[in-house]
Amino acid sequence: MVRRALLSPPVLISLVVLLVASVLPLYVSGYVLGLLTIAYYFGVFSMAWDLLFGFANEVNFGPSFLIGLGAYTAGILDNLYQPPIALSVAAGVAASMIGGLVLGLPALRVRGPYFGLTTLVAVLMLQNFVVVAAGLTGGEIGLTIPDVISINDKVNYWIALGFMGLSGAILYGLSRSPVGLILEASGQDPVQAGALGFNVTKHKLAAFLVSAFFSGLAGALMAFYLGAASVGTFIDVTVGVQVIIGAVIGGRRTILGAVLGAVFLVALGESLRPLGDLATFIVSAVALLVVLFFPAGLLGMVKGVREAT
Amino acid sequence: MAAPKLEVEGLQKRFGGLPAVKNVSFSIRAGEILGLIGPNGSGKSTVMKSILGVERPDAGSVRVDSREVAGLPPHRIARLGVGMVFQHSRPLYRQTVLENILLGLLPDRLMDVLPTAATDARARAIAERVGLTGVLSRRPATLPFADLRRIEIAKAIARDPQVVLIDEPFAGLTARETASFARLIAEMRADGRAVLIVDHNVKSISALVDRIYAMHVGEKIAEGTVDEVMANPTVRKVYLGGALETAARPEASFGDVQTPFLEIENLNVVYGKAQALENVSLHVHQGEFVAVVGLNGAGKTTLFNAVSGLVPYTGDVRRQGRTLSGRTAATIAREGIVQSPEGRELFGAMTVSENLDMGGHRLTDDARAERREWLFDLFPVLKERQSQTAATLSGGEQQMLTIARALMMKPDLLILDEPTLGLAPVIMEQISKALARLRQKTEMTVLLGEQNVTFALPHADRVYVLEHGRIAWEGDPSRFATEAGARYL
Repeated sequence: MVRRALLSPPVLISLVVLLVASVLPLYVSGYVLGLLTIAYYFGVFSMAWDLLFGFANEVNFGPSFLIGLGAYTAGILDNLYQPPIALSVAAGVAASMIGGLVLGLPALRVRGPYFGLTTLVAVLMLQNFVVVAAGLTGGEIGLTIPDVISINDKVNYWIALGFMGLSGAILYGLSRSPVGLILEASGQDPVQAGALGFNVTKHKLAAFLVSAFFSGLAGALMAFYLGAASVGTFIDVTVGVQVIIGAVIGGRRTILGAVLGAVFLVALGESLRPLGDLATFIVSAVALLVVLFFPAGLLGMVKGVREAT
Repeated sequence: MAAPKLEVEGLQKRFGGLPAVKNVSFSIRAGEILGLIGPNGSGKSTVMKSILGVERPDAGSVRVDSREVAGLPPHRIARLGVGMVFQHSRPLYRQTVLENILLGLLPDRLMDVLPTAATDARARAIAERVGLTGVLSRRPATLPFADLRRIEIAKAIARDPQVVLIDEPFAGLTARETASFARLIAEMRADGRAVLIVDHNVKSISALVDRIYAMHVGEKIAEGTVDEVMANPTVRKVYLGGALETAARPEASFGDVQTPFLEIENLNVVYGKAQALENVSLHVHQGEFVAVVGLNGAGKTTLFNAVSGLVPYTGDVRRQGRTLSGRTAATIAREGIVQSPEGRELFGAMTVSENLDMGGHRLTDDARAERREWLFDLFPVLKERQSQTAATLSGGEQQMLTIARALMMKPDLLILDEPTLGLAPVIMEQISKALARLRQKTEMTVLLGEQNVTFALPHADRVYVLEHGRIAWEGDPSRFATEAGARYL
């Protein structure tokens, strides 16, 4: 099972894509590299979100709550004390996971749409807190983060790519592992999963924590890449929506598809930029069309064709 | 003698004040199969869920291997040795059959990220036992219905449970598949497991079970061997009704003998892989009261939904000689074939009056008011409750409102789907009286679906028995007990 999984087409294709992506800095401009760097972080956000939506069957409307906690905790720490960057990032991850636990524990007890609403409210609360506690967080103007991991475009690009590759490998592996199987069963039919001897709440909470880990880590790393954090880039509901749409366009329950969706969204948004506000509209319209007519997403369509044969 | 594997003692469960299970006690020894039977609403599912831990019993005890498990969460109970074969198969569709079986073998730990060869071998052994070896690498969506049920059995026995609960083992299976499933269940008995089969009637499981425990409205009505339970007068009364007074009018007395008001011809409905209706033909004359009786899952609701245009079908449904196929559900309802659905589907946040107005939205204000008064006369309790929201009504009042709302549409044909489901006897009587008045005072044509024969027969002019999606008997209600009674026990 393990060997088969390692040699399966999605893994092989991903490796080829990673390889191609890793030599891109030799051919493309710094501007494109910058876009892709952001897209890769969004890819991790979307993959972490797909673990909850696709496998635990919980719609988390607040991915940016976890992302924002990671980014802001790391950024504030750096802004105030300038500890080693790794320490700030670790603190960001810890904050995101604690936030995930605090949010997840009561939220997983409520059923159906209420879970989603709870997560949405959490985003709004965090957003308000950041605005109100402006002395600490920089408020609406944004937070300056004095340190950066590197000022070299290419290094930043490779860090983001490597991080995304590693996160993807872990999340994908997890989704295909025995615990992934249990999580998927818990999401699909909690009663039956319970009758098979699985503690559904435990598995869902664990998924929530894993999702928080990667969201927080990606948020903190992206904050250090940007050298700044603002509500608009990390916490706002539109950020969460972009993460969600990326995962859905890429393909639910595929993990890897989320990267595809995130890159697609960033690329589409960028190439339509000359159109101004119309660009946002077109991106949204494309997302809507995909959700309506291809609910399985880009990767889901490919897999669907393959499984049907 | 060894202690029983499963002991249920004094089990009680109430839902919102209404008792669903009152004082149920039984025990099952190793290597024994007990059949728990009862009509819809008898509480048998609640008993099963209480053993499984999905419902927490209000009182009483459930012991597995002499260990108290009542009130524990399902996963703890499962690990103490209770396995469950669910009626509705919901496998993981993106995984292979083998992976689905593996799922049943996995330990409940978070750190198991690598599968082991031992569990793999064990999954293959279980697959061989239930007859899935040939399809291990296929995905469930490509398998026939019977194989999906086999996956459920494989998952249930994967953990080697001492006690196995099986919900309606033969629903949706053909005769040959039924025989092979019976063998699988008999093997569980041979393995020394205690098996509880939950089903609607004795007949379907009589060859398999060692004993039967029969329930009705939350209580035991009989316990013993198959023959003892089938001969039990209370059981006969619950399933077949007592001495019935019928008031059937002869079929020739209706004016449209040549072209009946509603004709259904060779109707077939397929859900995924399960055939819900097979070559069903029946007809209803103008002004006639026809009852379709059948157990839960026999296909009554599917039949009505086909007539109402809510499910796709093959075959023909004709109203006064004109086919209804191709018409939308809304058109069919607007033209006078109105259903009072089993699920009631009231607008919970609206008041009684508002719900009625929704039914009569196409009438003029005067006609609507007049119709409402007429219905308040038919169901006086609705008049008292007219400004109360529907969600706050009792089950019986909701049922009356559902019927009343359907009548607001001034139907030519009223379809009543299981109006007595889950209702107390006194409420049933009120609804029964209302139906009797409808029949005497109006020209209404009624198609009634019921599993409660006692309720249905007194009103009916003709009766159809629906069994596993087929018409098994058709005739005069007075002949029902002698000719079709045995099918129904």
